[in-house]
Parts: sequence; structure tokens; C-alpha cells
Amino acid sequence: MLANDAPLPVLTPETTPFWTGGEDGALMIARCSACTRYVHPPQPICPHCLSREIAPVRVSGRGTVASFTVNHQRWLPDMRVPFVIALIELEEQPDIRITTNLVNQPIEAAAIGQRVRVLFERHEDIWLPLFEPDGETGE
Amino acid sequence: MSRFGEKSVVISGIGQSEIARPSRKSALVLTIDAALAAVDDAGLTVRDIDGVATWPGRMASDPGFGPVGASDLKEALGLEVNYFSSGVEGSAQFVSAFNAINAIHAGLARHVIVFRTVHEATTRLQTGSGTAFAVPRVPDARFQWQLPFGAMSAANWVGLYAQRHFHDYGTTREQMAQIPLNCRLNAARNPKAVYRGPLGLDDYLASRMISTPLCLYDCDVPVDASTAIIFSHADHAADLRHPPIHIEAIGSALHGRDSWDQRADLTTMAAFDAAAMMWSRTDLRPDDVDTAQLYDGFSILTMLWLEALGFCGKGESGAFIEGGERIALNGALPLNTSGGQLSEGRAHGYGYLHEACLQMRGQGGDRQIAKQVRTAVVGTGGGPLGACMLLRRD
Repeated sequence: MLANDAPLPVLTPETTPFWTGGEDGALMIARCSACTRYVHPPQPICPHCLSREIAPVRVSGRGTVASFTVNHQRWLPDMRVPFVIALIELEEQPDIRITTNLVNQPIEAAAIGQRVRVLFERHEDIWLPLFEPDGETGE
Repeated sequence: MSRFGEKSVVISGIGQSEIARPSRKSALVLTIDAALAAVDDAGLTVRDIDGVATWPGRMASDPGFGPVGASDLKEALGLEVNYFSSGVEGSAQFVSAFNAINAIHAGLARHVIVFRTVHEATTRLQTGSGTAFAVPRVPDARFQWQLPFGAMSAANWVGLYAQRHFHDYGTTREQMAQIPLNCRLNAARNPKAVYRGPLGLDDYLASRMISTPLCLYDCDVPVDASTAIIFSHADHAADLRHPPIHIEAIGSALHGRDSWDQRADLTTMAAFDAAAMMWSRTDLRPDDVDTAQLYDGFSILTMLWLEALGFCGKGESGAFIEGGERIALNGALPLNTSGGQLSEGRAHGYGYLHEACLQMRGQGGDRQIAKQVRTAVVGTGGGPLGACMLLRRD
């Protein structure tokens, strides 16, 4: 666990698919079936075309590092530092971004433009979407 | 009459409490100190004040950040108000100033006192924590997208912006250092500043990282302080103790996402929307500005404000501040002349407005800008928060 003892989200009808999809290994992002655009954070209406035909769908979980920062500050007493906070642009629609942690690689390996894929880490009723390197050749 | 309402409003009085780390005074007493100083500075009496506004208002979830609400000052001073408001949503810290301006222009009030009080130094000592988020569940749904990943501070959220700016434009730590180094040089001339000792480039480069590429000296200093600014209708200008400072233009826009991580261009912020709006409401141009007082909660934010306001091109702020001469007290664009939040202390937005007014009146003391200061720009906020004002003297 990276963000030890960091506060967890409170589930709501709109956010539950995103925060619990990991139970099925699925990254769930709201998508408008009228204009086909993804919307994040999830909304009960599409802010682009105002359709209410919007629902969470499973996305590939693949994306690109748009930016990252190595956190060195112990914001909580038991926080293990340093660790990498990253902003991931999803493969399906680059303006959908997820703030997350980059894991399963050395901290120095984090780079803008790096290809990554999702994995999940359970904390109580929440499955946090984390990201790890995605081999160029696929696996 | 101009179709832009802010041009009928002036700043009539300014006041500020002590800035301390920590103060022995309560947040309300600091607020009263600032308010009474501002009323006296304006040449008004407390009974003349018919409006009060503040940001963010009283916040139970973060009492250091939001210790005093508009009604607290109203009750303390026995104000009979025709307009009062406080709240955290809106155009950054200046939404309360804009509320005051709007109320005056609409004829709801004549003299509105606007204040910003922080008690973050005391709160940190009491809780032993640098964060209000040491709780099991995210207390405010807006922050649920960052906090669970240990991105628990704006230092992390802003670090992501800074890294991308470094990547896209080749910005360096040596360039960014000029923001805190310039602040410290100015703070040495400001008796109220909390950090006044010398700070060199080597000190900066050797300091510990907080969230790359932001180091300790890129992060502002939590303090206890209150700043009060009185906005009045221009019709009252002749009654004032000091020459009025005119609101030439305001920028309150947020066209991009209200989000720390979803803005389309990660090398811009709300500041770009606010600045574009401000310039659309005036014939003045960046070249007319004599001093800039720009938010430095983190160094990179000041650089993005310089770009947003058009003092340099997009991505060019690193080169613009390189070496520090241009932004120095005797430079072409004196910047954050009180020492900013990085060295004077995190008065949070309204410290810049107070300093701009001092400089425009020639009350800057040892740090007074040598040239005449007729026009100043003040910008506050970072990420999805951004608001700015262009101030002008007769």
C-alpha cells in the first residue's frame, strides 16, 4: 500500500462504479451513449450534449503518463515516502485523466509519455485504480 | 458611464494585522485588528461600513484555513449591513472582493469591508499536522480524486503542473528559484515578513524536495494573519483619507474544468481564463503595468500567472525571470515586493492586494518601488482557482 492511511472516498451512486469496479478488474468510466464521449468525474448528465443517456462502461485500463511528481513529504505519520503520484490520460480519450500512483517500477523510471496499465488495490469497500508499466509488446 | 461595473468602485482603505507564526491572538482578534486599521485608513468610521464579505468563510473541516466568517465580524463590530456574504465557491480568494464590487455597483451598499483571515500556524501547532485530511474518509467530495492516492497537498497537485511545464518547455529549477529568491530579497526590506534572512541559489538547490520539482522554498509559509480591504463607491472618493485606487478591470472567468486534474492544457490554469477576461475590460495592456503581485503559494504558480497575464509568451516564464533582474524591486516589472507568501507569509491572496495598494500610495517604506506606481496587477489562486484585478491611480 502506497498512500498509507490516506483518506478513502465516500461512495455515492455516481462514484460507486469507479471506486468499486476493481472488484471485477474493471476500470469503469462514465460514457454518453448519445455523443459517445467519456465524462470524468462521472455526471448524471453529459456536459457536452446534455443527454441523460450516460452510464459507466468498462475501458481498457491502458493510458499514458501526462505528468508525475515524486512525493517526499510525510503528510501522515505512517506515510512511506517517497512515492510517485501520476496523472494518467486514458487511451480511449486523452482528456479523461486519473490521478493515481505509479507502481511496480523504480521511482526513477517514471516519465511523461510512459505507457501504463491499471491494476487495483483494495482498501475496505474501495478498489483504488493504480497504474504500472505496460510493456511495448503487450503481455 | 462604462458598461463595466467595477470602474465605479474604488479601494478606499487597507489594513492588516500582525503576521505571525504563530500569533498569540485569536483569529477573530486578528480580523478585528485588520478591520479597524482599514476603517481608520479610509478615514471612515465603523458605522459607515454597510457591507462585509469574506472568503472562504468559517470552515469546520479546516479551521486554520477558514476561521472567521462574515457574520463573525458583523457581530463583533455591531455592523448594520445591507449586504454580507461568505463562501468558498467562486473565483478564487477574490470572489469576496468581486461580491463587494458587485454589491456597490448594484447600489446595495456603499462601503464594503472584505477580509481574509488565516490561522494556519496556530492550527498546525494544535493538531501537530500539516494537513486537515488526516481522517479515514475524504471530508469533501471534490478532493476524492486526489487524496486516496496520498496526493494530500496542493504541493502534489501543483507539482504535476510544474513537472509538465519543465518537460514541455525545458524550464529549470535554477529559473524557478528566482521566484523565492526575489521574494526573500524583498522580504529583507519588510519588517512584517516572517522569513527575512538571506537565501541563495545554492541554499535553494540543496533544500529538500517536497513534491518534485517543488522543493521546500517553492512552498509558501503558513501563518496567522488577517488582511482587510474596504471597497467604496467612487462617489465617496473625495471623503477619503488617501487618494482612491480605482478598479480598472477584474477577471473572474473559469472557462476550463473546475478540477485540479482535468484541465485540457496542463500547462495552463484558471489564471489564463481570468486574465483574458480582465484584459477584455480595459484599454490598458501588460506594458502599462508598473508592478505585479502574483500568487506564489508555489513558485510555479507565479510563473504561470506571468504567462497568463501576457508579460511573456506561453512557456516562456522560465526565461523571463532568469537571473531575477527583470522582476527585482528596481527591475522592469517588480514582483511580489512584500516578499510574497513565500517569505512574508501566506496571508492568502489579500496580502498581494494590500501590498499593491501600499506601493501605489508610495507607502512601501524600504521596499518602495523607485518609479511611480500608477498601475498594478494582482492575481490570486492556482489550478482551478484564478482571479485577478487591474488597479489604477489617477
